[in-house]
Amino acid sequence: MNDQPAVAVRFRDVSRHFGDVKAVDHLNLDIYDKEFFSLLGPSGSGKTTSLRLIAGFEHPSEGVIELYGQNVTRLPPYERDVNTVFQDYALFPHMNIWQNIAYGLMVKKVPKKEREIRVADVLEMVRLKGLEKRKPSQLSGGQRQRVALARALVNHPHVLLLDEPLGALDLKLRQQMQIELKAIQQRVGITFIYVTHDQEEALTMSDRLAVFNHGKIEQVGTPSEVYENPATSFVASFVGISNILSGAAAEKITGSAQPFSIRPEKIRICPPDSTVSDDSCGINGTVRDVIYLGVNTRYLIEIGDGIDINVVQQNLEATSMDVLAARGRPVKLIWQKTHNRHVINEG
Amino acid sequence: MPSKASWGLKLATAAVILFLHFPVALIILYSMSEETGTFEFPPRSFTLRWFEVTWENESFRNALLLSLRVAGIATVMAIVLGTLAAAALYRSSFFGKDAVSLLIILPIALPGIVTGIALRSAMSLTEIDFSLWTIVVGHATFCIVTVYNNVIARFRRTSYSQIEASMDLGASSFQTFLYVVLPNIATALLAGAMLAFALSFDEIVVTTFTSASGDETLPIWILNKLTRPRDRPVTNVAAVFVIATTTIPILLAYRFTAGTSEE
Amino acid sequence: MMATITRRPSITRRISTFFYHYPGLSLFLLLLPPLAWLLIVYIGSLAALLVQSFYTIDPMSMLVKEEFTLSTYEELFTAANIDVIKRTVYLAAAVTVGCAVLAFPLAYYMARYANRRIKGLLYLAVMLPLWSSYLVRVYAWRLILVKEGVINSVFEQLGLGSVVEWVIDRPYIGGTGTSLASTYLGMFLVFVYIWLPYMILPIHAALERVPKSLIDASSDLGARPGYTFRRVIFPLAFPGVVAGSIFTFSLTLGDYIVARVIGNSVFYIGPAVSSNLSFNIPLSAAFTVVSVVIMVIYLLIARRLGAFDAL
Repeated sequence: MNDQPAVAVRFRDVSRHFGDVKAVDHLNLDIYDKEFFSLLGPSGSGKTTSLRLIAGFEHPSEGVIELYGQNVTRLPPYERDVNTVFQDYALFPHMNIWQNIAYGLMVKKVPKKEREIRVADVLEMVRLKGLEKRKPSQLSGGQRQRVALARALVNHPHVLLLDEPLGALDLKLRQQMQIELKAIQQRVGITFIYVTHDQEEALTMSDRLAVFNHGKIEQVGTPSEVYENPATSFVASFVGISNILSGAAAEKITGSAQPFSIRPEKIRICPPDSTVSDDSCGINGTVRDVIYLGVNTRYLIEIGDGIDINVVQQNLEATSMDVLAARGRPVKLIWQKTHNRHVINEG
Repeated sequence: MPSKASWGLKLATAAVILFLHFPVALIILYSMSEETGTFEFPPRSFTLRWFEVTWENESFRNALLLSLRVAGIATVMAIVLGTLAAAALYRSSFFGKDAVSLLIILPIALPGIVTGIALRSAMSLTEIDFSLWTIVVGHATFCIVTVYNNVIARFRRTSYSQIEASMDLGASSFQTFLYVVLPNIATALLAGAMLAFALSFDEIVVTTFTSASGDETLPIWILNKLTRPRDRPVTNVAAVFVIATTTIPILLAYRFTAGTSEE
Repeated sequence: MMATITRRPSITRRISTFFYHYPGLSLFLLLLPPLAWLLIVYIGSLAALLVQSFYTIDPMSMLVKEEFTLSTYEELFTAANIDVIKRTVYLAAAVTVGCAVLAFPLAYYMARYANRRIKGLLYLAVMLPLWSSYLVRVYAWRLILVKEGVINSVFEQLGLGSVVEWVIDRPYIGGTGTSLASTYLGMFLVFVYIWLPYMILPIHAALERVPKSLIDASSDLGARPGYTFRRVIFPLAFPGVVAGSIFTFSLTLGDYIVARVIGNSVFYIGPAVSSNLSFNIPLSAAFTVVSVVIMVIYLLIARRLGAFDAL
């Protein structure tokens, strides 16, 4: 037995061009069997195109895509053992819920008996029993989302592709569905590949994630790796909020012009005359703005040359009156050197 | 603040609607009039006798039959050609696409006489003889656009991800067409077909240039009777037939497309 | 779970996959039948029309002489035929104006005031005559306009028979005959009636696109309703009027049924075309080519005026 899990999806030097636009640019990526893998990035970063390449809706301009070791680069979507949950759900409006879910089994000529059992099973899993006869137009957004999920899962695909499936739901429902999706993934034990632009969603749900930018992957890793050790300044700023310091400002703090990032929640605000220990960085500044956010407060501290540093502090005992009074005060920012992360600056 | 229409505007609207429909109502009225010579208004007495007389007229029945056959065949051809064109054009982009869509619309945008004379010129140059099929060819040409327009509008309203979803779930292109595309466009197709049928059934301009003198479609039959005052009662009844045969499909077409746009 | 499913694809699946890999070929095959039809039947015929117009009739045999000549066009541009063309263009222009005047109030009411239900009904009331019974609707006007028809009957019952005669005797709108059916006014009315729906729909579409907030803004800025209409609503709806005029103008130009059913025995392009057809196809073809040229010029002007965006 090998420790390394099987590779579910492998991109080998895959590019996809639309005219002059390189939607996906020389992509290399392995996604393992049974993992919850997120493709995270801003819109137009190539994450959705990558998903569509796995599904077979797009075909690479160059490179090879493998599913469990089989080269599927040129296979049409209906010959691939993957299923997709679409952003707009793409339910068939002329079919009822049962017919929608049974569609994949019907076109593959699965016997009627087995069809009924399997549809009933997934209906139970997504908690939609009793709605079989409804039309998609009679369901709420959250229910439609579950139908889309059930319609894909009933086929027992090896890989489930989810294209921003929660994008259309409101915040409460989205958070509830995040938990439910994760639970379903663990229960059915198949690979989920999840496209999102919401970094919080990617961090909370994924086993691993890839951060996309301009058709390329900036970093692949577990949520904590990506958050704690962002490889590039783009990752540092896109995943959570980061202060990215370079050039003269970096030199003033660390003595080196090499760019680094520091998370706002790692920084303490101290009186201007505080001493800085050897294992810490410190810099003087003025509180330029205070944004009271309820749970915590965001401070913008100007450290000279028009450069601001973001600091986030929990409102442990402070009231809004207290924190807002900080405006204009001179302060010293102090943080441990170990929290500095060297990043590659994209410029 | 919702403003109210002035009385003048309401009156003008009502007058225009009356203007659009009063003449047709007159025909229906006079088709049941006892009087044969004059159109006294309002007519004095009514009868359904002329319907019987007209129905027993063999040339009327032949004309009706010919019109139904022509419209039927032209509609089927328009369905096939219009749907293929819509399927080809709605999501693709290629050089000359605009020219192709213009080409589809042109036969109905140019007046019938141009199409008619053009077909007649071609028949004269290629020495093709008049027949049922020369009428059908002309009609099918200008009917393509009604099916095309309805179907492509429905395609555009249908999210393409439905087709992707179908293939994703294992359906081949044929299965996808059968189970997803066809049910989606069915009512639009039917609406387009109804309009094509109505358009063909009462077409007269192109028909006069592409039919043999012995082949009378119903509109041509009516046209030939127009100048004979003796035949007026029968002509009125035939006109009522045309009104009914074209109005009903149009109302159906309206229903088919109105129902879906509300969802 | 890990078992790879190997099913032998059926023949339809393999065909499907084949076309999947060649989307260009699929597109070509889809497009081939309608395109071939339109190119061969329609464009071919239009080409034949053009070719015919450059042939001429051999005066001895009365048969078409199939060699290139401009003599048919020379024959066409005689004073009498130029009068026919001019008269037709004037009539088409008058009909267009008449349609616009009648269409605007209805379109305006539909777009701004009618509730959903009324709007649907009005829409249907406009659509029905657009699609149905062209000949029958022309014929209906015979019942109205002829000497023994509805208008004469009503006016005589009211003792106003002389009014009708007075109208028939007027220059420009009257005619030489004894009934309204043979007057210019009669033809004008029938044409306006027949093509009116073609004018209403584009104007309505253009008015629907005028945002309500614009009208509110204008009145908010102190404009009285009449001023708002002239300076805001009408200019924005004008492309719709031009779009509608494409239909009313070109359809009137090419019509030959109305003149045959109502007609005042003077010639228009349409009747000239059809009456020449049986003995001089080249002349008919040349007439048609000229009217197509006039329509193309009209379309170019219309495009300048922004009509194509309103369609």
